[in-house]
Amino acid sequence: MKSLSKAALAAAICMALGTAHAQQTVNIPDVIELSGAGAVSGTNWRDGVILAVDEINAKGGILGRKIVTTHSDTQSNPGISRAQVQKALDGDPYVILGPVFSGSVKVNMVLAQQAEVPQFTGAEAADITQMGNSYIFRTSFGQQMSMPKIANYVRDGVKAKTVAVVWVNNDFGKGGRDSFVKEMNSRGVKVAADISTESGQVDFAADVVKVKNANADCVFIYTNEEESARFLREARKQGVKGPLLGETTLLGQKVIELAGDAANGVRGHVGLSADIPVPAVQEFKAKFNKRFGYFPDHNGIKGYSAVYAIKYATTKIGKFDRKLLAKTLHGMTITPAMEPGILIETTWDEHGDIDRISFLAEVVDGKQKITQTLPKLGK
Amino acid sequence: MKLTDRRVQAVAGLLLVGVLIAAPLGLKPHGIYLLSMWAVMSIAAIGLNLTLGYAGQISLAQAAFVGIGAYCSAILTTSYGWPFGAAFVMAALLCFVIGWLLGYPALRVQHHYLAFVTLAFTTLVFLVLRNEEWLTKGIYGISGINRPNLFGWSTKAPRDFYYFCLIVLAGVSWFTWRLVRSPWGRAFMALRENPVRASSLGVDTRRYTLMAFAIGSALGGVAGALYAPLVEFIDPTPFALSLSLNLLLMVIVGGSGYFFGPFLGAIVSVLLPEWLRFTDGLYLIIYAVFVMALMVVCPAGLLGLVEKIFKPLSKSGKAAP
Amino acid sequence: MALLQILISGLATGAIYALVAVGFMLLWQTSQTINFAQGEFVMLPAFFVLAAMKFGGLSFGMALLVGMLASLIVLGLLFKVLIVNPMLRHGVLPLVISTIALALFLKEGVKEWYAAEAQSFPAVWSNDNLEIAGAVVSVQNLVIIAVAVAAVLLLQWFLARTRTGRCMQATAQNPALARILGIRVERMILYTFLINAALVALASFLISPIYLAKFSNGETLGLAAFIAAIVGGFNQVRGAIVGGLLLGVVDNLAAAYISTQYRGAIPLFVLIAVILFRPQGLLGRAEERSV
Repeated sequence: MKSLSKAALAAAICMALGTAHAQQTVNIPDVIELSGAGAVSGTNWRDGVILAVDEINAKGGILGRKIVTTHSDTQSNPGISRAQVQKALDGDPYVILGPVFSGSVKVNMVLAQQAEVPQFTGAEAADITQMGNSYIFRTSFGQQMSMPKIANYVRDGVKAKTVAVVWVNNDFGKGGRDSFVKEMNSRGVKVAADISTESGQVDFAADVVKVKNANADCVFIYTNEEESARFLREARKQGVKGPLLGETTLLGQKVIELAGDAANGVRGHVGLSADIPVPAVQEFKAKFNKRFGYFPDHNGIKGYSAVYAIKYATTKIGKFDRKLLAKTLHGMTITPAMEPGILIETTWDEHGDIDRISFLAEVVDGKQKITQTLPKLGK
Repeated sequence: MKLTDRRVQAVAGLLLVGVLIAAPLGLKPHGIYLLSMWAVMSIAAIGLNLTLGYAGQISLAQAAFVGIGAYCSAILTTSYGWPFGAAFVMAALLCFVIGWLLGYPALRVQHHYLAFVTLAFTTLVFLVLRNEEWLTKGIYGISGINRPNLFGWSTKAPRDFYYFCLIVLAGVSWFTWRLVRSPWGRAFMALRENPVRASSLGVDTRRYTLMAFAIGSALGGVAGALYAPLVEFIDPTPFALSLSLNLLLMVIVGGSGYFFGPFLGAIVSVLLPEWLRFTDGLYLIIYAVFVMALMVVCPAGLLGLVEKIFKPLSKSGKAAP
Repeated sequence: MALLQILISGLATGAIYALVAVGFMLLWQTSQTINFAQGEFVMLPAFFVLAAMKFGGLSFGMALLVGMLASLIVLGLLFKVLIVNPMLRHGVLPLVISTIALALFLKEGVKEWYAAEAQSFPAVWSNDNLEIAGAVVSVQNLVIIAVAVAAVLLLQWFLARTRTGRCMQATAQNPALARILGIRVERMILYTFLINAALVALASFLISPIYLAKFSNGETLGLAAFIAAIVGGFNQVRGAIVGGLLLGVVDNLAAAYISTQYRGAIPLFVLIAVILFRPQGLLGRAEERSV
C-alpha cells in the first residue's frame, strides 16, 4: 500500500514536471525528402530549417518556448510521406513543415487540413493551392506564378515566335512543362519541340539533336540540377543556336558549377535563389556554408524563411493558436525590417500562394548576374 | 515439439490472430497505418511466395501487378463510380489474366532469365502508368480515393480500415493455405523440387507453373486494390522495380516456401525501417547491414533459422510447411 | 550527320555499359553471383578518389591510384570474403538479396557520409571537341571508347592466352573437375572479383567527368549492365562488348527517332526478345558456361 501511494506521488510529480516541461517547447515537425529522388532538395530544406530553429532558440524561442523539430524522411514516396505526416500529427504539432515533392504534398496535406494544422510546403505544383485548403502555405512561387513571368520574357524580351521545350519526366518537370506550354499557347508562341527526358539521364545527345532539328527561336529547359548541367554541356558541344532559357534551377550556382563554361549565356527567370544580390540572402548563404560546408540552393532559403515566418506571425498574434495563425497568414506581408529572417519581403494571399519580387538573370563568366528585377504581382 | 506439428501450427496461428486483432488498441493513427501497410504488403508477398517459394519461379513482376491492381481499383472507383467490391474483384481478375498472358511466353525460360524478363515487364508497366496520362493521370497521380463502405460499415477511420485489411489478409491466407495443401499445392512443390521428375510423373508442368504464376499475380492485384484506398492517393513511383526487389526480399528473408514466411518478411521490410528511424540519417544504412547480416547467418530466411533451431539433426524440411 | 552524332555518342555510352557488363558476366560465370549492386560498384570508386583528394589532400593522380586500390580491396576482396563466401553454398537467391541490400548500403552511405549533391570530377583527358564529318565529338568520348575496347581486348587475351586465364576458364566451365586437375579454384574466383573491381573502377573514372559523381548514379547503370550482358551473350567477353555498344546505340536511336517518353522501353523490348528467342545472347554459345 505504502509503495503504491509513493509510486502514485512520484507519478504525479513526473506528470506535473512533464507537462511543465511541455509548456516550454513548441512542436514543429519537418516531413521531408531525405532519400530517394528528392534527397538533394530535401537535405537543403532540412538544413535551412535547422539553421533557423537554432538561431531562434538561441534567442529564446517563440514567445519564450523553444522549438522542437524532428526531421522525418519521406523517401520521396507519397505513401511513406503520408505515414510520416500522420506520425507528426499524432504528436500534436503546432505547424508542419515540408515536403518539397508535389506528389507527396497532395496526399498528406489532406491529413493536415483535416487536423486543422497549418503546413508550410516547398512544393511548386500549381494545383496545390487550388484545392480549397486554407491551411497550406507555400514558400516559393507556384508554377502558375513563375511560368507567366518567364513566358512574358520569351515573348517580350527574347521576342521569340517558336520555342523548344526540354523537361524532366517527374511531377516537377511535367508540372512546369504543362504550365509553360499553356502560357506559350496563350501568347501565340509555337512549341516547336516537346522533349521529355528521364530523371538521372546522362546522355543527352539525342535530345540535343532533336532540339537542333526543331530550329526554334529559343530553348526552354526545365530539368533538375545534374541533368541541366549535362544538357548544357551537350548543347554547347553540338553548337545549339538560340538562347537557352530556364527557370530558377537552370541559373543556379550548382548548375553553373557543374556545367562550367557551358552555362555562360544562359538566361531566365529566377524566383528564389541564394545568389541574388540581396544582402540578407548573401549573409544567409555565408552562414549556411559555414555551418554545413556547402552552399544552399533555393530549398535552403525556403526552409529557413518558413520557420521565421511562423515565428513572426505567432509573435504577432501573441499565442499559439493554429487556426488563428492560418487566418493571420492569409494576406499578411512580412518585410525584412519586421523580421530579418524572412530575407525578402513576402506576402501570402488567401490561397496560400506567395508573392515576392523576382529577377531576370543571365549567367556571365560563371556567375549569375541579375539583369532586371520584376516587381510583386500585387502591392 | 516439431514445427510441422499441426497443433503447434494451430496454436501459433491463433496467437497471431489474437495479436493482430488487439494490436491497434494501443496505437495512434500512424501506428495503425503502418500495420495496415504491413497487411497489404503481406498479401503481395504471399502471392510472390506462391510463385517463388512454392513453385520455384523467380518473378520480379510482382510490383507491376500491385500497380495494375491499385490503378484498376482507383480508376474504376473514382472515374467510373464502381462500388469498391466490384472494382476489387476486377483488379484481381485483371491481374490473373495478365499474369497468365505474361507467364505463357515468360515461363519458357528459367531462373535468372525469367528474373530479367519479369524485371523488364515491371519497368515497362511503370512506363505505361507514367506516360498514359489520359488513363492514369500520369505522374500527377490519382487523389481522393475513398475508402469503401461495406454494408453500412465505413472503413474511413484508421482502425476500421485496418480491420478491413486484416479480413482480406485472413481470406487470402486461408485461400493459400488450402491451395498449398491441395493436390495443386503438391504439384507446385513437385515442380520446385524436381521439374523433370514431375513431368515424367505426368504432371503438366506448363499448366501448373502458369497457374501458380497467375494466382500469385492476382494476389498482387488484391494487394494493390487495398493499397489505393489505404494511401488515398496513388502515383506511378511506388510501383517500380524497387518494390519488386523489396517483395523478393520479404519472401527470402522470411523464409521462401514457408507459409508464414511472407508475414515475417513484411515485418522486416515494412516495420523495421520505421523502428530504426530514431537513428535519423543512418536508418536505411542500418537496415541494409541488418539484411546482409541476416542473409549471412540464415540464408534460408528467418523461418529457416527457426527450423534449424528446432530440428538440428533432420534434413532441411522446406517441403512440408 | 545527326545520325553520326547519335551513333558516336551511343558508342561512348555503350562502351561504359560494356565495361560494367563484362565484370558482371565474369562474376556470374565463375561463381554464380548475380551482383545487383554492380551499378553502385561503378558509382563508388569516384567517391574514393574525391575523398582522397578532399580529406587526404592528395593530387588527382595519386588519388586515382588510391581509388583503384581501394576498389580492389573493398569491391573485390572484401565483397568476396564478407558477403559472397558465406552465402555461396546456399544458392543464388540469398546472395541476390544481399547484393540488393549492399546496393542500398553503398548508396545511402555515400549520400550520408560524403554528400547528397552531385560532385564534379576532374577529367583525365582534355575537354576539347573534335569535328568529324560534321559531327561534334568530344575527346573524352573517343577516349572512353578506346580505353574500354582496349581493356576488354586485353582481358580477352589474358583469358585465352595466359595460363591463369585458361585456369579461370576451366573454373567457370566445371569447378569440380578444375579442382581435381589441381587448379586453385578459390584463387581463380578471387581473381574474377578483383578483375571486376578493376573494371568498374576504370568505368567510374572514365564516366564521372561527364556524368558527375552522385550517389544515385548506380541505378540506371546497373540495369544497363544486366541488359548488355544478356543481350550480348552471357558466356563470352566479346559478347559483353557487343551487347554494351549495341545497347548504347539503340538507346540513343530510340530517343532520337521514337517518342522520348518511352525511350527506356526499347532496350527492354530488345532484352525480352533476346531472352525469348535467343537466350544465349547474340554472341553466346548455347548454355555452356565459359568466360
